[in-house]
Formats: sequence, structure tokens, C-alpha cells
Amino acid sequence: MGALPLSEPCQNTVNTRDPSKTFDDRARPVGRTGEAGPGPGAAPPAAPAPPPTVGAMGWRNGPRRRTGARLRARALPLAGALLLVAALLGGCATDPPVPAPPGGGPEVDGAGRPVTLTVGVYGTFGLKEAGLYDTYMRLHPDVAIRQTSLARADVYYPQLLTHLTAGAGLADVQAVEVGNIAEVVDTQADRLADLAHAPGVDEAAFLPWKWAQARTDDGRVLGLGTDIGPLAVCYRKDHFAAAGLPTDREEVGRLWAGDWRKYLETGRRFAARAPEGVAFTDSASGVMAAVISGAKLRYYDAGGRLVVGSNPAVRAAWDLGAEFARYGLTARFQQFTPDWDQGFAHGRFASIACPAWMLGYIQDKGGPAGKGLWDVAKAPRPGNWGGSFLVVPSAGRHVAEAAELAAWLTAPEQQAVLFERRGSFPSAEAAFGLPQVRGARHPYFGDAPVGRIYSAAALGVPVAPVGPKDGLVNTILSDTGMLQVDQTGRSPDSAWRAAMQAIDNALDR
Amino acid sequence: MAEDVVERALAPVVPAGRARRERLGRLRSRSAPYVLVAPFFLLFGAFGLFPLAATAWTSLFRVELTDPGAREWVGAHNYARLLTDDFFWNALANTVVIGVLATVPQLLLALGAAHLLDARLRGRLFFRVAALAPYATSVAAATLVFALFYGRDQGMVNWAVGLVGLDPVDWQNGPWASRFAVASIVIWRWTGYNALIYLAAMQTVPPELYEAAALDGAGRWRRFWHVTLPGLRPALAFTGIVSTIGAVQLFGEPLLFSSGAGASGGADHQYQTLGLYLYEQGWVNLHLGRAAAIAWAMLLLLVVVFGLVRLLGRKGGRR
Repeated sequence: MGALPLSEPCQNTVNTRDPSKTFDDRARPVGRTGEAGPGPGAAPPAAPAPPPTVGAMGWRNGPRRRTGARLRARALPLAGALLLVAALLGGCATDPPVPAPPGGGPEVDGAGRPVTLTVGVYGTFGLKEAGLYDTYMRLHPDVAIRQTSLARADVYYPQLLTHLTAGAGLADVQAVEVGNIAEVVDTQADRLADLAHAPGVDEAAFLPWKWAQARTDDGRVLGLGTDIGPLAVCYRKDHFAAAGLPTDREEVGRLWAGDWRKYLETGRRFAARAPEGVAFTDSASGVMAAVISGAKLRYYDAGGRLVVGSNPAVRAAWDLGAEFARYGLTARFQQFTPDWDQGFAHGRFASIACPAWMLGYIQDKGGPAGKGLWDVAKAPRPGNWGGSFLVVPSAGRHVAEAAELAAWLTAPEQQAVLFERRGSFPSAEAAFGLPQVRGARHPYFGDAPVGRIYSAAALGVPVAPVGPKDGLVNTILSDTGMLQVDQTGRSPDSAWRAAMQAIDNALDR
Repeated sequence: MAEDVVERALAPVVPAGRARRERLGRLRSRSAPYVLVAPFFLLFGAFGLFPLAATAWTSLFRVELTDPGAREWVGAHNYARLLTDDFFWNALANTVVIGVLATVPQLLLALGAAHLLDARLRGRLFFRVAALAPYATSVAAATLVFALFYGRDQGMVNWAVGLVGLDPVDWQNGPWASRFAVASIVIWRWTGYNALIYLAAMQTVPPELYEAAALDGAGRWRRFWHVTLPGLRPALAFTGIVSTIGAVQLFGEPLLFSSGAGASGGADHQYQTLGLYLYEQGWVNLHLGRAAAIAWAMLLLLVVVFGLVRLLGRKGGRR
């Protein structure tokens, strides 16, 4: 109960999840939890005054001879009590040491350098894990880089806004999720540096639509794209074989090429001969998000008006997701929850719409036992699900140096490294041709040519306008709306109305 | 010696000087308590009163977290819209329901536990520390473990439910199941704390009263009812107030109960409390003005509840 000040939660931040890179920024697994009391907590009250010789805890004071027997009689419970306290305190173990970054080379500690740049990210963003900071520090002996990270994006974003408006507490470079980028561009333009002409930035290297998403109306570019989330379908070859479906990735791709409805047909074929306890896909929300991610118009139109309620593409995606639920083709999970994670480990579903960043997640959760069982096929239609940007607050002390760092981190060569080591797909078109991307195969997924598959998907993505509340709308559609259709059997129409009401309330309309 | 000189030089004025000194001394001794408590009030002003006032002021504007500097005066609009806000009434109902589900069993259990702990037991110290252990556990840690227990597919609770031969329960989505589950975390965390307060109060009841009652032929139950409970009245009132405040502010448990729900309190907001709705409006939907209005509505709610309790208590007393 919140009556007393909440104590700090244990900070066991063992976050194995990849980024962070979904629209869905509220449905993040809890690594560290942000706890904020709703108001000033009431002070802990004093217990009623104890009588003179008996403390509230029953420790008796006063002179008393302790015989050996007495001592033993009291020592035992005391030891038990101490053990209990120790166990409680021990529950908050410290973080495991961060493994050395891959790539080898001498450790760079950055101590004693004249310029220290901080990079603020959410989740396990990957830049540090891919060893990019170390490389940069080796190239720039006068620069040290520190990273601050919040596990939960839903805690990170409001904090970033607070820091931006206060002009304090900011990192020199901050990450922004694609679901929030339009709002940041709309409302924080005068607090962010223009990166269009920063040294090392090459507009031509980026996918044009990614570049445009962080551009203001007057042509300033406030964010540089790190990665995007081109879409494919990951599937379990063993389950497909058991249900009499083909397992070769080209043939599987042909099953549903061109139309998500064919994915549904395949699901029904699968269900007719499915192995015991295995659903065709993980969740109705996942299907809906994948279908929407390929639409030319999503939640906002080009004029910035909210069209989520009237856009037929959204409703079509909703109806298709609901059909998956109706035919019982889903394992009824909510994405990014522990149950979902266990679903990968136990092979509870045969396929899932997987953006590039999800490959690492599947590998983590599926574990060694899943190696070779999974494969990657083309999605019915190309789409983009997730992705991030780096911005440079103009209140920072080293704006020029920070812009240079952001430019370097998002340059094609570094994006290729990020893909090779972390699976985040480049937003720089110029990186697609680099050998680390073009020739990439994923050993966990049966050596699938992921570089080729995702590059093709990325180039086919239709350019859709993004709106300020994209992330929020997406979360409500999935977690308030479709989740109920999937998990509680609420009728699609009723759940749709509930989702629209929640969106109106959240957007203050 | 020097003092002597001064004394003599001042001789004619001494009476006036002494009077002034005495006045000063009186003033000093009178003001000393205020000076001594001033630090508390300064801190209270800075961290208690000022936020309260600032929240009240904010609640009169349309303010977004994206730009708190840009305010648009809306007067009482943020409050008026609460009256027609389905989500607010849902959160209020949930707060009351979870509050009752949590507080009543918790205080009854605490009373029973205190009674047991009051008895002569082997390893009493161990049990007393054990009773306090849940309270010392962080909300987050406890809630995350409970969330695992209440998992739909792999949870221990559903495993036990299956052993009894019942169908598994969807503890996240079931409206009553989820409220009960959240309440159970509160009960687990706070029963021991309240038990220790009751225990301390029980130990202040003079043993002579029990002896006298026993001599008069009162059984265990009657002694509990007529001796122990009256002795516990201040403690009962205290725990009742603290638990009610806690129930209205319930936040951490429902926030973390389902890792997928966050501040929404479930897919259908089925266990979204007022504290959670406030947080959602402020830090998810970014509407600071509306969040501030909810905060003040919560405060007013507590004031009304305690006002009613006082009123009823006074009537009861006059009877």
C-alpha cells in the first residue's frame, strides 16, 4: 500500500531483451521498475508507546543474568531472525558484471579525457553492446563516452520530456523511439540541435522516409535514424512439418505472398492438423500490428489529423486480427510479457510476424533448444514496425561534439556493425550493400539470409505519415482493444468501441 | 573586576536593563519552541505544502508534459469533466473495491496474528521478525513475485487450482480475480506490520485486568472481547486510518501486477486505481492538468471519508 514511502525496488537489471524497438512502448518487460508515489507519502507513524520494560518487538530490557541455557534458547530465534533479514537484503543482488564488448581490442576506460559525452537510451539499445562507443573512443582520444540507460521506455520518455523542458538533467545524445519522434519534432524543436548539416551527416545515406520523419516543416532535422523494423515472418519448421505444411523458406513465403489473408488461410490449414498445444501464431495484436505496419496510411493523415477511427486500413487490420482470435489461431499471449517469453521457450506457437530486431529476442527466449528449429520467411507484404532515432539537446555542454558522435553512430558503417552484432536493421540505405548486411545469415534461424530478406522488405515499405501520438494509439489498440478480443473473447465491435473511447480520453479529445 | 566597573557605571539604569533582559529572556524562552520546530515546518512547506498548492494551481490549467510552460486557463473544467469521465469512476470504484478487499481481511488477520504472537511461544523473536519481513520487502519485488504466482499458464496459483480440480483462472483479465489478486499482495505486505502494532498495544493492557476478568469467570473469548479490544482502540483507529489512506493511494501493486498492462490497470482497466489513473493521465497521456485534478479529487475523497467517520463517531458517542 502506498501509505508509507515506497522503498527502492531491487535493481536486478538483467535485461536480455532487445530493444525497445517497438511502437509499443508501454508493454515492456519489467527489468527495473520505475516507481513513483502518487504524492508525498505519509510519514511513518510512531507506534503506541510501549510499557517501560517491554519493547514493541519484545526485546526485554533491564538487568538480567543470562545462563547458558537461556542464551541458547534466545540465540536460536535470534539467529533465525538474522538469517531472515540477511535473506531479504540478499534478495537485492547487484547487477552481473557487463560482459566485455565483442570485437576485442584493449579496454578503453575513458578516464582523464577532456570531453565526456553521455548517451541516454532505453532498454538494451545495442550501441554499447555492439562496442561502438569503444571504437569511437579509440578514434577520438579526447572524448570519453558514458551511457545512462532506463530499462523501461515508458519511464524513459516522460523523463526525457521533463528534462528537455527543464533544460537540465539531459544526456548529450538521447534516443527517441519512432512512436514518439513526431511529438518530439512537433513540440521540442527549439530545444534540439539541427543535425542536417552536422559534420559527418549525409542525407543521401538514409532511407528518405526515415530522414523525413525527424524533419521539421522548416527543414531542420532533429534526429538521425539508428535502425528500422522491416518485417518478415519467423516460423518453426518442426511445427510446420507436423501440420503438413512446407518448411522451405521460399515455399513458406509463397504460401502467403502478397496478402495477409493468405496468412490466415495458412493458419486455418495449420490448425486442422496442428500438434497438441501449439497455436499458429502468438497473438492477435501481433498480427494486427504487422498488418498496420504495411499500410500507406495509419493513425494520422499527411495533414496531421487523427484518422485511426475512420481509416479502413486500420479497421481491416483490426478485423483480420480478430479473425485470428475467433478461429483460435493464437496462443493468446500479450507481447513482451514473461508469458510470451515462455511461449518461445516452450514452442507454444508456430509462427510470428518478426521485425528484424525481434530475431535476437527470439534467440534469447527460445534458448539453445530452439536453434535450427526456427526459420525466416518473407512477410505477406512489406512493413515497418519500430525503429529509433538519436537527438542532441541544445542545452548540452558539448553540442558540437555530441552531434558529431550522433552522426558517427548512425553512419552506414556503424549501422552495419549494429546489425551484425545486435540485429537492429540499418535505417541507412547505404548500409544495405555492405557485406555485413547483404551477406548476413542467421545461424540460429537455419542460416536464413536475413540481410537479403530484410533489405527487400525495407525497400518495399510504403511511406506512411507518423503522428505525435502514434505510440500511444498503437498501445491502446493492442493492449486495451485487441488484447480483450484475444484473451477474454470480447466481441470485436465492443472492444473497438472501448479502444476508441480510451484513445479519445488519452488524446484529450 | 571589569564587570564591577560596568555594573557601577550602569547602576542607575539597572532596573530598566534587567527588565529588558527579562523581557528578552521571556521572549526567547517563548519563541524557542517555534525556532526548534521551524525546520520541520520549513521542510513541510517546501515538500508538503508547496507541491499541494502547486498541484491545485496546475489543476486549473490545460498543461501538457511536452511543454509545461505553455498553460491555458480552463478553470474548473478539469474537475467538471471528472464527473462524466467513465475512466475516473471506474478507477474510483476499483479503489474502493480493492481497498475493502485488502483492508478488512488484513486487519482481521493482523488481529489474530497479534493474539498468537502475544502468547508464550518458542522462538517468539523469530516469528515477530518474520511477521515484519513482508513489510520490509519492496513493493516492486513482492509484486513481481506475486505476478509470477498468478500467471495464467505457468503460475503456481493456477497449478494449485488445478490440483483441486478447478479450471484455471485468468488472474490478469478476470475483473474480480485480478482485483482479488492485487488485494492479496497488499494483505501479504501489510498484515505483519499491523499485527506488530496490535501486539504492542496488547502488551500495554495491564495483566491485572485479565486476572480480574478471569476471577469473575470470563472465558478466553469474553476476555478478548471485553478487555483486549477496548485496550486496542487507539491502535485500531490508527491502523484503520493508515490503511484507508494507503488504500486510496494504492499504486505500486496494480502498476506492476501485470508487466504488460502498466498504468492502464489491465486490458479493460479492471484493476486501475485512482493512483494509477492519475499516473496514466500525467505520465503516459502527458496531461498534467488533468492529473493534478485527479490528485486533488483523491485528497478531497479522503477528507470526506474522514469527515463522515468523525460525524458518525460523534453521533455514536452521544448515544
